Amino acid sequence: MAGGPPAVEKSSGRTAGGIGRGRALLLTPAMLTILVFMVAPLCFVGVYSFLTPGTYGGVVWEFSTEAYIQFLFERDFLDETLVFTSSYLSIYGRSIGQALVATLACLAIGFPTAYFMATRPEHQRNVWVFLVTVPYWVNLLIRTVSMLFIIRDEGPLNAVLQAAGIIDEPIRIAYTDFAIGLGLVYSYLPFMVLPIYAAIERFDFRLVEAAYDLYADRWTILRKVILPITMPGIVAGSLLVFVPSLGSFIAPDLLGGGKHLMIGNLVALQFQGSRNWPFGSAAAVILMTLVLIALMVLIWLKNRNRVEGR
Amino acid sequence: MASGKKRDLRVYPGFRGMTWFCMALLYAPMVVITVYSFNSIRSITTWGGFSFDWYVKAFNNPSIQQATLNSLIIALAAATFATVLATSAAIAMIRGRSFRGQSGVFALLNLPLMIPEIVTAVATLVFFLAVGIDLGLMTVFIAHAVFCIPFAYMPISARMEGIEGYYEEAAQDLYADRWASFRYVLLPMLLPGVLSGYMLAFIISLDDFIITNMVAGPGATTLPLAIYGKVRTGFTPEINAISTIMLLISCLFVTGSYFAGRAGKRRGEQR
Amino acid sequence: MSDRDETASAVEIRNVVKVYGTGPGAVRALADVSLDIRDNEFFTLLGPSGCGKTTLLRIIAGFEQLTGGRVFLFGDEIEGLPPNRRPVNTVFQHYALFPHMTVAENVAFALRRLKRPEDEVRTRVGEMLELVKMSALAGRRPLQLSGGQQQRVALARALAPHPKVLLLDEPLSALDLKLRHAMRVELKQLQEETGITFIFVTHDQEEALTMSDRIAVMSDGEVQQVGEAEDIYERPINRFVADFIGETNFLGVTVESILGDRATCKMADGFAIECDAVGAPPPGAAAHVSVRPEKMTLAAPGDGGPACRVKRLVYLGTDTHYKVALADGAEVTVRVQNAHEKSISFRPGDAAMLRFDAGAAKLLVD
Repeated sequence: MAGGPPAVEKSSGRTAGGIGRGRALLLTPAMLTILVFMVAPLCFVGVYSFLTPGTYGGVVWEFSTEAYIQFLFERDFLDETLVFTSSYLSIYGRSIGQALVATLACLAIGFPTAYFMATRPEHQRNVWVFLVTVPYWVNLLIRTVSMLFIIRDEGPLNAVLQAAGIIDEPIRIAYTDFAIGLGLVYSYLPFMVLPIYAAIERFDFRLVEAAYDLYADRWTILRKVILPITMPGIVAGSLLVFVPSLGSFIAPDLLGGGKHLMIGNLVALQFQGSRNWPFGSAAAVILMTLVLIALMVLIWLKNRNRVEGR
Repeated sequence: MASGKKRDLRVYPGFRGMTWFCMALLYAPMVVITVYSFNSIRSITTWGGFSFDWYVKAFNNPSIQQATLNSLIIALAAATFATVLATSAAIAMIRGRSFRGQSGVFALLNLPLMIPEIVTAVATLVFFLAVGIDLGLMTVFIAHAVFCIPFAYMPISARMEGIEGYYEEAAQDLYADRWASFRYVLLPMLLPGVLSGYMLAFIISLDDFIITNMVAGPGATTLPLAIYGKVRTGFTPEINAISTIMLLISCLFVTGSYFAGRAGKRRGEQR
Repeated sequence: MSDRDETASAVEIRNVVKVYGTGPGAVRALADVSLDIRDNEFFTLLGPSGCGKTTLLRIIAGFEQLTGGRVFLFGDEIEGLPPNRRPVNTVFQHYALFPHMTVAENVAFALRRLKRPEDEVRTRVGEMLELVKMSALAGRRPLQLSGGQQQRVALARALAPHPKVLLLDEPLSALDLKLRHAMRVELKQLQEETGITFIFVTHDQEEALTMSDRIAVMSDGEVQQVGEAEDIYERPINRFVADFIGETNFLGVTVESILGDRATCKMADGFAIECDAVGAPPPGAAAHVSVRPEKMTLAAPGDGGPACRVKRLVYLGTDTHYKVALADGAEVTVRVQNAHEKSISFRPGDAAMLRFDAGAAKLLVD
């Protein structure tokens, strides 16, 4: 085996930076599955948004931007002119509004909670984190059903209020915009708490001592020291609430009674009831674009914080 | 560690109260519905005594039984499929040098997590119908299997990253070939992560509503779909019973998944 | 090609080069390393971190691949063979004991992979555990063992499959001092008992000096010097080796003349030194002469050596270190044994004279 000219360039049999054959093979099943059953369907949706709706659902392979136009305009039945309509815009507006309100509410509840948790003794913290995490993974449908159960007219909340003499008749909480907001907060609250918790846990409380030493009171410290430094966590948490809320389906459907439509319901409707696939596809595309914008905002903010030495 | 002065500084009035409110908000609805599921009479205002009646009633219902069966079958199948694929992918991603396009692959693996669920739902529906696959149990399985991959991947990759490379090097040094190194060294050390991933994938599949709603055909009703249908027509105590069961199963599996992951960390730690 | 006489090469390393990456950012871990490691030898690769010693070890084991050069094991070229086909075994720095297996299962691992019959496996495992004195703990898990015990199991595991060469990657670095000293003795004995070639990597020069048959001092991907402990200590061939092994003083000089292997140099205060010319800088060049602290003594001021002033003392029980300053301000350490008879003693501030043999002074280059 020995002998022969001295060996010079010995590479490992794979190109620099490339992946070995064995590893590529290991990745293939997962990649293939996702490409075929996730990426391809999404492409279909993108394509369909530019086609014409078929009479009984489905699509006709004719290029048309009608689906997108439909968002802003209605064609007058007689003379085919475009008339501005706000009905779909209002759905998007409501969705963004709901998502924003839910985010702010989660922030108001979540920040103090995260702060409290992060300032507990070490061994306690894991318990708190666990307690906050579990509800998120529990069935969203069931949790929303539970919420509906409580707030409906014949539900326990009204029963308690009536029994306590606070009200005479049940107050209508379910099937309102408020109920939807409540549902959204309930659904995504843990995902506001956890990133903020992580940020505060990393926070160096000696900075607080230094500020105190300089005669700041604790609320000023909160505003001027703690908040800015934990901002990345706040931003992360806000996005983790805003994005799913935007595309939410179950909360507006169950808690809104199908009357206060959000984007998710609009999309679903096109594929179940109305059977206008291109319109539904367009709605889905617009939703994805909004989500993408939100994600890019997050990345931009993260990079900005990093540049500023955070 | 906290001096008196420090403790003073770090406490904000109202924060403790808000935390308890937060916890109450998170857990109250589930607790309430559980309590009412055991009420022997069908009333919101009066307690008739503890009873399992509604549970019995709910699960004697043939359509509920079928839905439960469907849910379990799909969850088992989808979780298995997703876990195997995720394990395979995790080995490729984490063991060895980084390669071109690695972050792209990572994004692809986590794609289902980034797309709003309603979009995934309609896209999958469109795909099946366009390609000509009839809606039924199989379509639900496929949709779930894909969707569960990133959920299985998370704990597995986390565990894998915690396993130092020198164990496999030692195995090779001791004459193990690739397969033996995987089977006798990597896999046993990975097992807590795999288990954790499986449990997470299982519960995600079991609990899924939005996607299932879109792509289930007739006869492919799952438990969440059944509950949804029933709620639409009005609340009955059976709904409370089924909901409680689902809540309990969710909690159990999530907790189990969490502890499976932790157990591995404790066992594999060597300094 | 495979002579097995007394001085046969167990491992022959010829012009090995290892480069990571390409282009301007490429890292050269090993540059043209050639070594000849004999059978039944305790051979140490010694050097500071980053010198390439671990890289070389990993190349022999098969975990890294060469960029250039060749490696031979008892005459057979092994590059291209994966680790699981080389008859060498490794004791890893962090032991890498499989946490989910018992001690016995760990030790049995290699033999089982080699498909040895089960009774042979059991006998061998017993022998190995006996050898490292871990028989009583055969059923324990690695996590239940102390660092020293884990280390012994790692040894037993690596020795079980009868390797031709045993590679040890800084195996003692994670142990506390006392245990480390004890293990040095045990390892040395083990090597002598088994007769297997040990290739030992460390950055601790005391370890290298006490345990090795021969040492290769490495720095920056190159072998600086190979030899027995005494060779390396007394006759370092360059400044790096003199500085890295033990302690030494570097006296600043100007080279006057070089004749054969003797040189004459002049110190700053004019004192002329006769020394060994290990390096050969041109006359008139500024250079350094190395003299070890224990080769020097202090005497009353006079003509026999460079003048100095005592700055401070460090009393170490067995000896005293005098820190003295030369005329040019440079500090020199003189190590004097505290023999029972107290000869001249010096106090800080005293003027004194350095004395050393010409043979103890070495003119070195980098």
